[in-house]
Amino acid sequence: MKAEGRVFKYGDNVDTDVIIPARYLNSSDPAELATHCMEDIDKDFVKNVNKGDIIVANKNFGCGSSREHAPIAIKAAGVSCVIAETFARIFYRNSINIGLPIIECPEAAKAINAGDAVEVDFDSGVITNKTTGESFQGQAFPEFMQKIIKAEGLVNYINQK
Amino acid sequence: MGMTMTQKILAAHAGLSEVKAGQLIEADLDLVLGNDITSPVAIHEMEKMTVKTVFDKDKIALVPDHFVPNKDIKSAEHCKCVRQFAMKHDITNYFEVGQMGIEHALLPEQGLTVAGDVIIGADSHTCTYGALGAFSTGVGSTDMAAGMATGKAWFKVPSAIKFVLTGKPSKWVSGKDVILHIIGMIGVDGALYKSMEFVGDGVANLSMDDRFTIANMAIEAGGKNGIFPVDDLAREYMREHSKREWVEYTADEDAEYEQVIEIDLSTIKSTVSFPHLPENTHTVDSIDEIKIDQVVIGSCTNGRIDDLRVAAKILEGKTVAKGLRVIIIPATQKIYMQAIEEGLVQTFIKAGAVVSTPTCGPCLGGYMGILAEGERCVSTTNRNFVGRMGHVNSEIYLASPAVAAASAITGKISQPSDIGM
Repeated sequence: MKAEGRVFKYGDNVDTDVIIPARYLNSSDPAELATHCMEDIDKDFVKNVNKGDIIVANKNFGCGSSREHAPIAIKAAGVSCVIAETFARIFYRNSINIGLPIIECPEAAKAINAGDAVEVDFDSGVITNKTTGESFQGQAFPEFMQKIIKAEGLVNYINQK
Repeated sequence: MGMTMTQKILAAHAGLSEVKAGQLIEADLDLVLGNDITSPVAIHEMEKMTVKTVFDKDKIALVPDHFVPNKDIKSAEHCKCVRQFAMKHDITNYFEVGQMGIEHALLPEQGLTVAGDVIIGADSHTCTYGALGAFSTGVGSTDMAAGMATGKAWFKVPSAIKFVLTGKPSKWVSGKDVILHIIGMIGVDGALYKSMEFVGDGVANLSMDDRFTIANMAIEAGGKNGIFPVDDLAREYMREHSKREWVEYTADEDAEYEQVIEIDLSTIKSTVSFPHLPENTHTVDSIDEIKIDQVVIGSCTNGRIDDLRVAAKILEGKTVAKGLRVIIIPATQKIYMQAIEEGLVQTFIKAGAVVSTPTCGPCLGGYMGILAEGERCVSTTNRNFVGRMGHVNSEIYLASPAVAAASAITGKISQPSDIGM
């Protein structure tokens, strides 16, 4: 499985309140949540994002609230993958559980710039910056998590057991 | 090699004699929690499962608290979804408006969380129950759904940071100042994926409400959980509130810690976190004049009876600064009633504050105290992220109830000594 898209770049500690502000949490509809994704940190994100695009950020992406609405909004906005130096742990769990591919890779997070064209190979964990030609080795998932991802989320995984 | 307190609880719930940091395990759950924002998503996920029944109707807690009493039609639909699910599955611990409270103040008060438990909640501040010596951690809605259906959850066994607390906090310094001080020291990802284990003689000098506040904000340092040893004070609390038997775990003497941090509680001063991260801490005695527009005293972090008593002591016989809104929110109905009986509510209203029914409300920018552009709030809540309490250009300063109450009188960030207390 591969993802390929243009990069939206953010800094440290992107919290779930800016990914999807609580004022919109009176809805749990993915399409509606997607229309407010990243609104408080990047008001043009929704306007500019295309299906398949990739978010790259520095450390502690997704910190704060446990709202699963955050990875749901990102996924529903069309984002194919999030690359970060580190992820906050609840966001990490939630992304795997709903089937949003995420990869930890400090080197890629530092080197990739906004607007770069990037390809991610989930089987090998290799991240390629097609704009600069650089490639990076992202952290591969433990086998247990690969099973959840292959099942496209925790619910299917449990149903298959 | 020895195990930390957290590792021992997880091992026991996974049916293993030993676990190591980094190991993936499946653990039995003693309680699965959800609120009015996270439960509807979990209920929807559970509908997709082949398992159609809950694992144990006594071990699920559903607490509509974020946007209740329903703030708008959409919130009302969410609450209706939770209510119908609770009725359909005969969930014992469903708390309707009138019996509810903010989940993390309510569950210990109701005796649903005790030492030795493994608890997951679809709310990041589920880590609060570590104050009683339980392993409790926040998860998302899908984990909640899986937990409700199977009674199990997967965990990566965390490593730990040990905080050795000594000394006694000085007057007006509370658990909130302690945890803000710690977050300022290690940063908002300082304990990422890790346990924060609090030990040492100083623990005895912290009230249960102080410990709930400290464990509550472990997540603000990125922690998986925060946990305290079980002492006489914790036992007394559990005897008073719970009918359940508890199990006490202690860390092995040779348990391995990634880091050991010693903190003398007597040296900690009143502390505030500046916008827009909890790690931006300053002591109140070191800051310039910062005028404010609103004060909030409440939330799962600081809406307990100790917090209201401190605020009332400072506000007694005084009036809030002109043009300032002061919003006080007891965290549960029981705390609200106690505040009425002790005359605290009267003190607040006479001082010019508004007292609200229990709700998370303004903490997450839901309702009941939203900020306009350019406004500043001193708040006893737990997060000061961009736009958290309202307009994207508003500011939140996190503080203790004592600092919040003193600031309510002066209209700028202040500590009790600034008003001669």
